[in-house]
Amino acid sequence: MSRYRFLDAAGLIFLGVVLAMAVLVPASNLLLPPDSALHVSDYLVPLLGKYLAFAMLALALDLVWGYCGILSLGHGAFFALGGYAMGMYLMRQIGPRGVYGNPVLPDFMVFLNWQELPWFWLGFDQFWFAALMAILVPGALAFCFGWFAFRSRVTGVYLSIITQAMTFALMLAFFRNDMGFGGNNGLTDFKEILGFSVQAPETRAALFAATAVALALSYLLCRWVVTSKLGKVVVAVRDAESRTRFIGYRVENYKLLVFTLSAMLAGVAGALYVPQVGIINPSEFAPANSIEAVIWVAVGGRGTLLGAALGAFLVNAGKTWFTGVLPDLWLFALGGLFVATTLLIPKGVVGAVTDLLGVRRKSELPAAQSIVAAAKSPAE
Amino acid sequence: MTGQTMRSIRFFGGGRCGALLLLLGLALCALAAPARADALDDALAGFTADKYDDTEKAIAALVAAAPPNGAEILAALGSGRLAYEPESRTVLVRHADGKLSLARTGEPASAEIAGKPLKTVRVNNRIRRAVEAGSGAFALRAPDPAKRAAAARAVFRSREAAALPAIEAALAAETDAGARAALEQARAAIIVSKPDAPEAERIAAVDAVAAAGDQDALAILNSLPAGSPQAVNDAAAAGIAKIERWRSIANLIQNLVYGVSLGSVLLLAAIGLAITFGVMGVINMAHGEMVMIGAYATFLTQNLIRAHAPALDGASLLIAIPVAFLVAGAVGVAIERTVIRFLYGRPLETLLATWGVSLILQQAVRTLFGPSNREVQTPDWLQGSIEILGVSLTLNRIAIVLFALLVFAGLQLLLRRTSLGLQVRAVTQNRRMAGSMGIRTARIDALTFGLGSGVAGVAGVALSQIDNVSPNLGQGYIIDSFLVVVFGGVGNLWGTLVGALSIGVANKLLEPWAGAVLGKIVLLVAIILFIQKKPRGLFALKGRAVEA
Repeated sequence: MSRYRFLDAAGLIFLGVVLAMAVLVPASNLLLPPDSALHVSDYLVPLLGKYLAFAMLALALDLVWGYCGILSLGHGAFFALGGYAMGMYLMRQIGPRGVYGNPVLPDFMVFLNWQELPWFWLGFDQFWFAALMAILVPGALAFCFGWFAFRSRVTGVYLSIITQAMTFALMLAFFRNDMGFGGNNGLTDFKEILGFSVQAPETRAALFAATAVALALSYLLCRWVVTSKLGKVVVAVRDAESRTRFIGYRVENYKLLVFTLSAMLAGVAGALYVPQVGIINPSEFAPANSIEAVIWVAVGGRGTLLGAALGAFLVNAGKTWFTGVLPDLWLFALGGLFVATTLLIPKGVVGAVTDLLGVRRKSELPAAQSIVAAAKSPAE
Repeated sequence: MTGQTMRSIRFFGGGRCGALLLLLGLALCALAAPARADALDDALAGFTADKYDDTEKAIAALVAAAPPNGAEILAALGSGRLAYEPESRTVLVRHADGKLSLARTGEPASAEIAGKPLKTVRVNNRIRRAVEAGSGAFALRAPDPAKRAAAARAVFRSREAAALPAIEAALAAETDAGARAALEQARAAIIVSKPDAPEAERIAAVDAVAAAGDQDALAILNSLPAGSPQAVNDAAAAGIAKIERWRSIANLIQNLVYGVSLGSVLLLAAIGLAITFGVMGVINMAHGEMVMIGAYATFLTQNLIRAHAPALDGASLLIAIPVAFLVAGAVGVAIERTVIRFLYGRPLETLLATWGVSLILQQAVRTLFGPSNREVQTPDWLQGSIEILGVSLTLNRIAIVLFALLVFAGLQLLLRRTSLGLQVRAVTQNRRMAGSMGIRTARIDALTFGLGSGVAGVAGVALSQIDNVSPNLGQGYIIDSFLVVVFGGVGNLWGTLVGALSIGVANKLLEPWAGAVLGKIVLLVAIILFIQKKPRGLFALKGRAVEA
């Protein structure tokens, strides 16, 4: 197999588009008059920002699933944990402006009659600390989880099922009021971030730009990982795990590294998502959310990175349109998408387009068959 | 419980009416003889004086006279419905519906008396207490042994020393074994707490109280009067230890029984999956929706039967079982033919495609039946509850335990003893070899998947009895079902049985000290860790089949 190029033409186009969005969308929202045809409305900016955060989650998922063959049905948990870290910072920023006016305790704690801040809320009044936690907490969880799972060689659907059980257990835990994360209602009613009002169009535009830049950086990071020597081993693990182990690689270490990295990326995506939508609650942990993220990757084309990001954008745009115009049909459409993608375009949109064009670039995935072969090959 | 026993319990629990009880006890002692007509007349006459003192005496006299409708008269007095006609001094009971009857005989009052001006017998709090005391005494002598026992238990709880004579009198006349035991316990409870009773008698009473073994007995033994002899205190301490040991065992039994009940629900939910996932290896995320379809089939069957054949209403649940099997099985075959057969050997894709199918099925049911819960009725023969080993269980829970075992046994028989089962096993073990032997493997695939789906539908019939029938019904079971199958060991029905029951029991044993939600979380984490330790489950298949 020849070397992957670090950045191919498609990757450059993708980066260009994302960075152009980072500049043009905020600019058109803030500078153009509302009646201009090119004006991006105040409603659209956070919506697009949300899609970009989802695209980052999809990138993270594609890294583990597309390149390492680990189908995680629990990436929503890492995303939500990152979101909670950011949400905790935003809660602390409310200060005495809450309904109960307590300068230290968030409203829900006052409501529960708590007297002082739980230890795990300490430090979240600092942005840098919250940002660090948004990366470290998902990373640590993924590391512990992967440490046990990969070492005992839990693979394939078994791993998928226990990742799903993990996010389900977290959802139940965060629904509990005594956990100290707002229970059912989660964290909301945010006022400001870094001193800027979260409602202000300027802040939203800045958040959008930050998300776009973060997406571009994540893409570069993922691209760097998959084109490096490490990436080659990881793909080898995906296609023939036992063989790679017999050659002498410590398969579990590679898996653990990629899984943890991917969880951290998902955490960052969650942290960028929360200030834009203004709420984080335990339903983000719902297993259905994680599976939905998997379908973004599948639709776009797994093992292509930019396909994953594209899939997240397409599916979520479709969701927004359907739930607005034909709300009853959305689940039919989503369900149909799952079935149609797996049956008809197993390589996703990007794969299908590449095939149609008859271009078999070396930088693309060899073919879907290799993934099939990986699934068929003995687990041990 | 009737109003009278309620009142008697309230009275005996009161504890401030010792004097009244004494009075009552004396009256009771005097009253082994049959009621004399003149005693009743005297008693009733007391009500017509309309003075509180006389009324109180009249109550005691009434209790002593013990007419058959005495309890009714007292109830009327307590609620201000006892009246008298001043001229003839006739006492009348005014019923809730406005009719009048003679207190003397219980017969309806003649129009003549009813037409005259009547005065109501006045009551104050003192009289009300006396009424309650009297009602308690009547309850101790009520014709229904259950009521007598209830009154005795009320004394047991209050351990009011003044009630002792009444209890002993009632004990002398008691013939029913259950009521007698309750009376004896009540007597023991009083003696235990009575400082002046002989020591040997008190120790014997401690044992009798300890034998009752409930919370009240514990309270009695824990609150012995100060200055009791050492021997009594020792006996009480031994009794307390005995009760607590027994109660911890009873708690354990209760949790085990509840755990088996929960485990059977898990077994039902998972057993279809044990076929589709365990035997065939298809990751069927739409499994929960098969359960949901089974529940809706039950709902439809019930409605159709009620509309067209009301005579069969009681059996509608039984009729729904084959209907649900066929409907869910047909849907399963359709899914296998249109989606899953293209995805054999690609488990991750199957997972996604079947998840899509589950979304479509959910939304389809939501469109057809609406998003709200549908009511599935519980037939009469499944209503009520019984006690097993001191644990009260509703009949439908017990039915589910039996039903789950029945389905399990049926499935085992089908797989082990029929030619279809043989072919299923042959195809899953070695598809090409089975094909060479003339088995139509594609047909077997469809039938097996239909069988698993049908069994899931049958589970839906049972779950419709204990869960809300809504489009989301299946989602609540999918993760649990997968964990049960993986925990038990894929491809092993016995593993599923053991897995379901042990998860159910573990869940219920965790609940008392961790709470319901936290217990569930702990269990999930434990199962995740277990799967890490033994990735192939409790009863792993060994040999080459694992690698296939």
